[in-house]
Amino acid sequence: MSNELAPPLLSLEHAEKSFGAVHALEDGIVDLYAGEVHGLVGENGAGKSTLVKILAGVHRPDAGRLSIEGVEAIFDNAKQSQAAGIAIIFQEPTLFPDLTVAENIFVGMQPLKRFRRIDGRRMRREARAVFDQLGVKLDPDRVARGLSIADQQLVEIAKALTTNARVIVMDEPTAALTMTEVDRLFGIVAALRARGNAVLFVSHRLEEIFAICQRVTVMRDGRHILTRATEELTVQSVIRAMVGRDMDALFPKVEAERGEVVLKVDRLTREGAFTDVSFEVRRGEIVALAGLVGAGRSEVARAIFGIDRWDAGSVEVGGRRLKPGSPTRAMGAGVGLVPEDRRQQGLVMDFSIERNVALASLDTVRRAGVIPRGAERRFARDWALRLQLKYSRLTNPVWTLSGGNQQKVVLAKWLARKPSVLIVDEPTRGIDVGTKAEVHRLLSELAAQGVAVLMISSELPEVLGMADRILVLFEGRVTREFARADATEDAIMQAATGIVDQAA
Amino acid sequence: MTTIAEEKAVREPHTSSHHVAEILLRFRELGIVLALVLVVVGAAIVNTNFVSLTNVQQILSGAAIIALLAIGETIVIITRNVDLSVGSVLGISAYATGVLYVHHPHVSLPVVFLVACGVGLACGIVNGAVVTIARVPSLVVTLGTLYIIRGIDGAWAGGNQVNASMLPTSFNRIGYGTVAGIPYLAIIAGVAVAIATYAMRSFRTARDFYAIGSDPPAARLAGIPVGSRVFLAFVLSGGIAGIAGAVWLSLYGSVDAIAGVGYEFQVITAVVVGGVAIFGGSGTVLGAALGALLLNTINSALDVVNISSFWTSAIAGALLIAAIAFDRLIAVRVAPALRTRRSSRG
Repeated sequence: MSNELAPPLLSLEHAEKSFGAVHALEDGIVDLYAGEVHGLVGENGAGKSTLVKILAGVHRPDAGRLSIEGVEAIFDNAKQSQAAGIAIIFQEPTLFPDLTVAENIFVGMQPLKRFRRIDGRRMRREARAVFDQLGVKLDPDRVARGLSIADQQLVEIAKALTTNARVIVMDEPTAALTMTEVDRLFGIVAALRARGNAVLFVSHRLEEIFAICQRVTVMRDGRHILTRATEELTVQSVIRAMVGRDMDALFPKVEAERGEVVLKVDRLTREGAFTDVSFEVRRGEIVALAGLVGAGRSEVARAIFGIDRWDAGSVEVGGRRLKPGSPTRAMGAGVGLVPEDRRQQGLVMDFSIERNVALASLDTVRRAGVIPRGAERRFARDWALRLQLKYSRLTNPVWTLSGGNQQKVVLAKWLARKPSVLIVDEPTRGIDVGTKAEVHRLLSELAAQGVAVLMISSELPEVLGMADRILVLFEGRVTREFARADATEDAIMQAATGIVDQAA
Repeated sequence: MTTIAEEKAVREPHTSSHHVAEILLRFRELGIVLALVLVVVGAAIVNTNFVSLTNVQQILSGAAIIALLAIGETIVIITRNVDLSVGSVLGISAYATGVLYVHHPHVSLPVVFLVACGVGLACGIVNGAVVTIARVPSLVVTLGTLYIIRGIDGAWAGGNQVNASMLPTSFNRIGYGTVAGIPYLAIIAGVAVAIATYAMRSFRTARDFYAIGSDPPAARLAGIPVGSRVFLAFVLSGGIAGIAGAVWLSLYGSVDAIAGVGYEFQVITAVVVGGVAIFGGSGTVLGAALGALLLNTINSALDVVNISSFWTSAIAGALLIAAIAFDRLIAVRVAPALRTRRSSRG
């Protein structure tokens, strides 16, 4: 496997990276040897992406040491990382849709002939040669627009080979591939390994890790947890290393009385996003949708709220069927959505706090078509008080607030409509611990008041602490449903990584 | 492994709709030529004067100016920017050329064109610098310079006019001279378009323009110097518009402060009708030049078949919308093919 005597092709030691107050990476360690496929696994937010971006030259680490074949290297930009022989294949490759496949492979380094003109013939020939080497058929003359994700990845891999990259980093390459495409990719990864390349394979599908990697590194909460040879590990031990942390008793779960079914989702399908999703949420219940990023959770929420259309199935709120693709109808039926990205979707950042709070309730504030400032302010002040919003003036733009208080404004906006169903997508992402607890308390109180809450969260402690029932999505399908008492982090993680419990 | 292995690899038959779309896009030039033929044949049937030598020469000369401007505009639009100032640049350069002749009647032709080009380059440098250094959207920057340059032009020219009589015959001849019946202007524009079309295909810098317009963040990731390329695009557009100013003066013979007013819209319309994507990344100089020729031909055809020239703008507008709608249609048709394919994993 790896020759432990030669220096690793690439080695990253104790890398740290913070964005403002957020420590994305606290201790990033990985070393890659020639001829090995190295798996990198971890939960959402474990710091995998940050580590990959450091290798890519996109982020510069605040501390730590990166060396290439034993020599220290510092990357200021993507170009320098490429020059050092590192190629990154992202989950969604960034090709130029209007350029041909061959041009995409050679962008910026096209072979030239006399007078620095591009040698198109040689470019196409070399592109074809690389594809032959990879054993795939892809027309170098076709424009990249319309290529499948798998084929786009192939173009990126071809690019890596033409630049003679020795280290190839694949960031969740299989997330958008079909079975056959995954097989083809594995064949290519094996070929790269045989050529003496080092491959860092980032994936949350543990079967894949165990199928092709010689060594595995596990990360959790921005830290390196372990690096071992694959034979020394089991799926169970990896999962334990991924989640193994103490449950904090931060969650002020109030037992609420369950009422009738308010939200009924039946066999909901949107092609390319999720398939055959069915569940019910009762009055006073908090149901969590768990799963990894990209499993289709937010897409389900968007469909219920009417932002995206669904292709099949139905959604009922309070016994009434919703029309696909109509947020206005969904709001009318009493659905509220606190979106994942509050800056882009939840708030109008330049509007004042009071206007944001009143935004979804203009019908109640409005008098004869006009919105009286006074009424708007009284309305906003009332809600600010109830949610214990920390602000200096209600007329300040909402971006002046901290992340947690911004989230409270989004919540206030929807609570003011007295929703019967509230969908919250990652309600505490990027919020400090103190405000997090307040948001949890709020959600819990809401449920107690009889609101049906559908919560999407990537934080397992939050899911376990808040939810009455937990549905786990994997690749657009519900793989498991847990009652509050039966759920454990390990079991949810297994279902979220596609490992179906044999007993289930 | 067994768990995912059971997942069906049921894949829907891959639709070929985007291949069709590709072919359509590649043969955009062919479509314009076809439209051109239809217009010419139609107008000639109604009025044979339409295909008379003088009329054809007039159409070609008029189209030549727009086609020249369209070369620079195409480069700028391909980088996902726009240059609204080309009409004003043409105007000030034409006036500068006229004034140069008034003060130095015996100045040689190359010097005249160098000066005209220099005036345009200066304008292009300002546009490019503000867009790339101050990072102001080019729509705003060039809308501003459209008015600024026109204002300077107006202040400079006042109510003055430079007439053909103040210009040497050697210069005027560029405007009306012909070789084997083909106007010099058409030859100049044709050669310029041919060179630009070839260059846009054959040089790394030119391919960088396409890459930048196709996906700006990806261009940055690929190590393309986005700022300096965009700057270059504006400088090129300015320089070409400067030369076009001198050419314009040779054709029309007299220049005042309103030369080239509104040309920017004719040029952008020609570029878009010619198949250059308004959001950058694709299109050819040849297509844009053909677009210019088509618009000019329609203009002239309406005239000979006695349709009010007011309709010309309406038809140009309709063509513009049709061209953009066509591009959108193709994009929309490609999207579901992609989505369905990705979903086959289910």
